[in-house]
Amino acid sequence: MLSCKEVSLLVSQSYDAKLTWRQRLGVRLHLLVCEACRRFERQMQFLRRAGRAFSDRQRDGVSGSLSPSARERIRNSLRGRD
Amino acid sequence: MTLSHPDTWLDQHGDALYRFALMRVRESATAEDLVQETLLAALRAQDSFAGAAAERTWLIAILKNKIIDHFRRHRHEAPLPEGDDPDAAIEAMFNAADEDHWARTPAPWANPDRALEQAEFWRAFQLCLEGLPARQAQVFTLTELDGLGTEELCKVLEAQPSNVWVMLHRARLRLRECLEQNWFGAVAEKR
Repeated sequence: MLSCKEVSLLVSQSYDAKLTWRQRLGVRLHLLVCEACRRFERQMQFLRRAGRAFSDRQRDGVSGSLSPSARERIRNSLRGRD
Repeated sequence: MTLSHPDTWLDQHGDALYRFALMRVRESATAEDLVQETLLAALRAQDSFAGAAAERTWLIAILKNKIIDHFRRHRHEAPLPEGDDPDAAIEAMFNAADEDHWARTPAPWANPDRALEQAEFWRAFQLCLEGLPARQAQVFTLTELDGLGTEELCKVLEAQPSNVWVMLHRARLRLRECLEQNWFGAVAEKR
């Protein structure tokens, strides 16, 4: 039986690569009996959704801005005066 | 869609580009340079703007490439830590004396989808992301925010896939715990 630690790695890895059938079987058997890892698995699904949503939101921006000096420097370089 | 005049790009998109870069490179001077490089590249590439995307999306795409180039140039200065280097914070999440069970069982999260609509949740999310060790943040951001696959990521960082997976695992475990402590746990207490 795989440990929770091993299962958490495989669950994480399953988002980035195809697991072997043996790994998938090991994860599935563990999840059948382990509520903690089932929660972890659902939370990983959430994390993926959140990552994508955060990326979209970022385009419209949350906080932080260019300093006046950086803005000036960039403006000058765009005008070819750098 | 057509492009607005290049003189207006800095005012319209400068801050958004800067935030996008800063989240990924974590140094304001580097982020500023990347914004400058991006706008200069955009000036030269104006003719290639296909008009299919919004102006900001087009600029972000250019910036993304600049960021990846930046990581590629600097990969030798700080190679990705080996996956078998132990990470104490991660080790502490499991109980080695008890068959590597969770040391603290992940808690049930109430209404995670509602969190996605709350501005305070995104502040907590950003703080948790910023709290990750730099390399874990880098692989997580490139994978989850920018959609790079393992193969592409390995090329950029000149790393082995198994190593990247270990870094992603650690990043996700840390983010999970941080969100539980700072958001889902805190929300549950308020009720």
